Amino acid sequence: MMISVRDLHKSFGSVEVLKGIDAEIKEQEVVCVIGPSGSGKSTFLRCLNLLEEVTSGEVYIEGDNLTDPKININEVRSRVGMVFQHFNLFPHRTVLENITLGPIKVKGIKKKDAEKAALPLLEKVGLSDKADVYPESLSGGQKQRVAIARSLAMEPRIMLFDEPTSALDPELVGDVLEVMKDLAKEGMTMVVVTHEMGFAREVGDRVLFMDEGIIMEEDVPENLFGNPQNPRTQEFLSKVL
Amino acid sequence: MDFITESHYYRVMPMLFEGLVWTLLITGVGLIFGFILGAIFGFARLSKNKIIYGLATVYVEVVRGTPILAQILFIYFGLSDLMGVNIDKITASIIAIAINAGAYIAEIVRGAVYSIDKGQDEAGRSIGLTRNQTMRYIIWPQAFRRMIPPLGNQFVISLKDTSLFSVIAVGELLYMGQQYYGATFAAFEALTMVCVMYLVITVPTAVYLRRVERRLDV
Repeated sequence: MMISVRDLHKSFGSVEVLKGIDAEIKEQEVVCVIGPSGSGKSTFLRCLNLLEEVTSGEVYIEGDNLTDPKININEVRSRVGMVFQHFNLFPHRTVLENITLGPIKVKGIKKKDAEKAALPLLEKVGLSDKADVYPESLSGGQKQRVAIARSLAMEPRIMLFDEPTSALDPELVGDVLEVMKDLAKEGMTMVVVTHEMGFAREVGDRVLFMDEGIIMEEDVPENLFGNPQNPRTQEFLSKVL
Repeated sequence: MDFITESHYYRVMPMLFEGLVWTLLITGVGLIFGFILGAIFGFARLSKNKIIYGLATVYVEVVRGTPILAQILFIYFGLSDLMGVNIDKITASIIAIAINAGAYIAEIVRGAVYSIDKGQDEAGRSIGLTRNQTMRYIIWPQAFRRMIPPLGNQFVISLKDTSLFSVIAVGELLYMGQQYYGATFAAFEALTMVCVMYLVITVPTAVYLRRVERRLDV
């Protein structure tokens, strides 16, 4: 298993956001997480690289228990890429510097080699001509593709996407989804929190429907979208589809 | 021509230049140490460790809650008395500026670091950077840019504060002006020129800072 989650609970103060999540994600699997806002899906995703501290339960990444206090979390995170809703590019660094920072500082790769390795990544996300510009001059869709390239530069085993197209103008969503589709085709293990039902249906191997801090229903997309069993899932899908 | 060379406006200048050199020296050296103190205590104020946070808060509040005139007298007379040694006036002045500005700079540092979007830290940590690396390569460079206007402002404030050191007869700008009119009774001329000298430093600084600030806004 690439990712195993066992009885994961997460509270913010007295508010319990995750109320016992169990999940297994296989290598090369693309899992989409859908659900209403406030259902805990982003929090669940952020627990997978410990951006949120886990209140109780266990999270395993390639067999490493993240809740073990002795875990080297920085090393684990270098294997788990994360793409954020608001991109979070480093505004004081050029596109190329955004991409090479991790390889240089975390992996100790020489600057020249890191830059050489970054070029095919920029090509992959369709931004070869933007290597030397600063993020502020990019559109939202371009920023998000740079953010994906930045994560890929670490050669991660898993990619986490936290509503990667929610902050984009509608006409810019397609390019980002294309890049993600290509990644899925190449066999990247992906967990995608998304509101793009079309993407979940087309690209997802499995869809998790979350509500009220638990996984209410999970299935292959055809079944979950075509024939949802849980009334909550039915209600949610009737609103968004 | 004779009128100018004979006038007090002209004759006071050599003394004032000497005073200005000391004013700038005390301000400059004081602020270098002030910045170091400010950075240390600014980060301490961001610490989750309650003792570190508490100590830094006490420092900031004590300094900001007492007049700098009391602080300089405390350092020059109080500490000398306590330790039984004479602290040199210039050293005492530099220490006073450093400690005083350090408290204000600590708040500038804290505010600037705090103002950087949390997503920047998360992005850095999620590619595997350590907490320190994230601070050094991502947060601090962005925070430092935001500190430039308030630090420039602090420079102007500290520069003017050095005039208070005239009370312990430090030969800074204002003191030199006082010396001149003490001997010549030309108080109006001497103090006019003292103010002109301060303005020659402070006005261009303010103009420059406004330009930087506008550039940072974009």
